[in-house]
Amino acid sequence: TSIPRVKMPELDPAYRITCNEEVNQGLSAEAAVLEATRCMDCPDPQCVTGCPVSINIPGFIKNIERKDFHAAAVVLKETSALPAVCGRVCPQEKQCESRCIYHKMKKEPVAIGYLERFAADNERLCGCHAVPETAPKNGIKVAVVGSGPAGLSFAGDMIKRGYDVTVFEALHEIGGVLKYGIPEFRLPNEVVDVEINALAALGVNFVKDCIVGKTLSYDDLHEMGFKGIFVASGAGLPRFMGIPGENYIGVMSSNEYLTRINLMGAGRPDHDTPILKGKRVAVIGGGNTAMDSVRTARRMGAESAMVVYRRGEAEMPARAEEVKHAKQEGVEFLTLHNPIEYLADEKGRVNMMRVQKMELGEPDASGRRSPVPIEGAIIDIPVDLVIVSVGVSPNPLIPNAIPALEVSRRGTIVVNEGTMQSSLSDIYAGGDIVRGGATVILAMGDGRHAAAAMDAKLSE
Amino acid sequence: MNKILEKEHFSENVVKLVVEAPAIARSRKPGHFVIVRACENGERIPLTIADADTVKGTITLVVQNVGVSSGKICSLEPGESLTDVVGPLGQATHIEKVGTVVCCGGGVGVAPLLPIIKAMKEAGNKVITVLAARTKELIILEEQVRPYSDEVIIMTDDGSYGTKGLVTNGVESVINREKVDLVVTIGPAIMMKFVSLLTKKYDIPTMCSLNTIMVDGTGMCGACRVTVGGKTKFVCIDGPEFDAHQVDFDEMLMRLRSFN
Ligand SMILES: Cc1cc2nc3c(=O)[nH]c(=O)nc-3n(C[C@H](O)[C@H](O)[C@H](O)COP(=O)(O)OP(=O)(O)OC[C@H]3O[C@@H](n4cnc5c(N)ncnc54)[C@H](O)[C@@H]3O)c2cc1C
Ligand SMILES: Cc1cc2nc3c(=O)[nH]c(=O)nc-3n(C[C@H](O)[C@H](O)[C@H](O)COP(=O)(O)OP(=O)(O)OC[C@H]3O[C@@H](n4cnc5c(N)ncnc54)[C@H](O)[C@@H]3O)c2cc1C
Ligand code: SF4
Ligand code: SF4
Ligand code: FES
Repeated sequence: TSIPRVKMPELDPAYRITCNEEVNQGLSAEAAVLEATRCMDCPDPQCVTGCPVSINIPGFIKNIERKDFHAAAVVLKETSALPAVCGRVCPQEKQCESRCIYHKMKKEPVAIGYLERFAADNERLCGCHAVPETAPKNGIKVAVVGSGPAGLSFAGDMIKRGYDVTVFEALHEIGGVLKYGIPEFRLPNEVVDVEINALAALGVNFVKDCIVGKTLSYDDLHEMGFKGIFVASGAGLPRFMGIPGENYIGVMSSNEYLTRINLMGAGRPDHDTPILKGKRVAVIGGGNTAMDSVRTARRMGAESAMVVYRRGEAEMPARAEEVKHAKQEGVEFLTLHNPIEYLADEKGRVNMMRVQKMELGEPDASGRRSPVPIEGAIIDIPVDLVIVSVGVSPNPLIPNAIPALEVSRRGTIVVNEGTMQSSLSDIYAGGDIVRGGATVILAMGDGRHAAAAMDAKLSE
Repeated sequence: MNKILEKEHFSENVVKLVVEAPAIARSRKPGHFVIVRACENGERIPLTIADADTVKGTITLVVQNVGVSSGKICSLEPGESLTDVVGPLGQATHIEKVGTVVCCGGGVGVAPLLPIIKAMKEAGNKVITVLAARTKELIILEEQVRPYSDEVIIMTDDGSYGTKGLVTNGVESVINREKVDLVVTIGPAIMMKFVSLLTKKYDIPTMCSLNTIMVDGTGMCGACRVTVGGKTKFVCIDGPEFDAHQVDFDEMLMRLRSFN
């Protein structure tokens, strides 16, 4: 226990803002094995209770310590369809690592996320990708709506159980938020593509450019012989604040900004999609999406890039690592400030942001101290690009197309918690369309639960 | 997939493409559009489905070459394919028997107007079509709209064909002559703005179809937002058709210049 927690090797901030290369470089085998020795293989490992899918954490870590990296990857794959992704993007400090016994000893927790990533990357890079065992084909067709983490993990589980699986994706790329949202400097596309290719190799049929509810109806799916449908359509709808000037040129949602750059390649000379660049960029919000947007803005050449958040830094929902990386990259944090209006030049391009200063009052329903405006404390800040990152709502496409489907007041699909089955017996749902905005690991867990339940029902 | 089966030049810069897209052909209704990518690394751009053939499994697009992506699409030849075609998107046109409908289209806006003219006629309306363009060569689809129109009025800015004058002059001449129950206008934003101002004066319900900048076309990005009746709407999912009298055309015109 005297060994200090391993440090993740990172690209130098001055270099990394010039490119899209992954910031975290990954642990060397030596560093991973040493870190693995820190894990005390607790008899009642609390870390596991902090993982939403209960990965056998000491199990995979001890395999790393034994230098049996392949066995470590096998343990991970028992529970997680996308360990290389989760090892990179899970909010570990709030989940598994927050429960590690080391906290009791006032020491830093075992770097579970880094080790998970190490094991998964090693498996991918050594080319020894074990082909999972699949049950004999049963000829039963199941459909998946959406190819984000929920859809991919469901597809993986069902193909292994012998089903004939087709994934329908509205966009021209497979991967959902993993592709169009999370930037490559945090999650390289290559890592996601390996998983998608592995699913395709197992026989999963991917259909791009196909919107269920538009291109194909619920009835069409029945006609095509699908016996079960898993809806994993995500939380696609960006929220705006409804303040004056929000429709000026240069004010856009983080979804638009990130989609143009990540999915469409905007800003690269050989891609056609245009992008507005800003010298002074303000990103509104304090979540992962805000951090991804502001760090992207730095990479797109912003001289000044700031996060404007109405609460304090302690209340910020973004992962601690992202906030740290953003600061290293020169991002300014204007906490306890909230925009109330945008102003523009004669062409309608935003050039000023009017912000209200806030202070923290009593804790609200979320347990966080709620921001209260300080009367009269209003300032103007010059900006030429504003990225609004104040949350998303569930994608209403499927609920609109299938009116019989029960949805909550917030627009999420209502499911039975254990089975993920909706009010229509052949439709299951999971991920953000059910949770209204969650995490990759939770979406993935939903996919697995739905697969188990649908399989049980279809094999009755 | 997405193979181009036929191509026809309507004018120097306007091309008609018949594209293989059976699933879309089957599910589309008048008013719907698709999002198209001409090539890998291409931009996603919205195009109205001007017509469809469910038997052949094709959709018809009419594309005006105005820039990079529309130019790439116009240069494709039969046998080649569009990289991506996704749809049908947007809300279908609300078709109803209301009496007399004036359908006015400018430029390439006549293409999205065609299926609406057809459907309005089939619903039992009297349909008067006003086609407008700068000059004779730019009047498109005249032959295609005739069978479904009780009357076709042609307006050219330079008087080289039909009557000399703007689209609004044509519409106003009808209004002055007989009772009009509905006006449908599709074309450049500036044209729709002036048609809307005109019909507001006469208090005639008016529907327009907006061509904002889009990315995904599924409600995900908000690039297409416009203000309608004081509220922000997403054209791709709430539209593309709206009550023209409620649309903030000045804001829309401003946003269309985002990349200029
Ligand atoms: C910028 C950003 C950063 C994030 N960072 C993190 C992070 O660091 N860690 C973390 O754990 N989580 C993070 N999240 C959240 C996480 O990405 C989501 O919770 C997760 O992706 C949800 O997965 P999903 O499968 O439900 O949906 P999505 O990933 O949203 O995928 C849904 C897919 O369905 C498609 N679709 C929608 N409707 C239809 C239809 N009708 N027919 C066909 N296809 C359809 C969509 O095009 C999309 O591809 C982030 C989110 C964003 C936006
Ligand atoms: C619902 C809808 C239906 C449409 N139907 C048709 C149709 O049937 N036929 C047709 O020719 N055109 C149609 N358009 C307009 C067409 O999408 C644009 O002409 C096209 O996007 C211009 O792209 P570009 O790369 O060729 O032009 P460029 O000028 O090179 O594009 C630069 C940028 O501006 C955007 N842009 C410029 N003008 C427009 C515009 N008028 N509308 C939207 N984005 C624009 C482009 O998306 C791009 O981001 C429609 C638009 C919408 C929203
Ligand atoms: S999946 Fe996420 S929460 Fe679970 S062990 Fe891995 S990093 Fe921790
Ligand atoms: S709590 Fe910490 S030390 Fe104990 S098993 Fe989990 S990771 Fe290892
Ligand atoms: S085009 Fe993205 S929301 Fe309408």
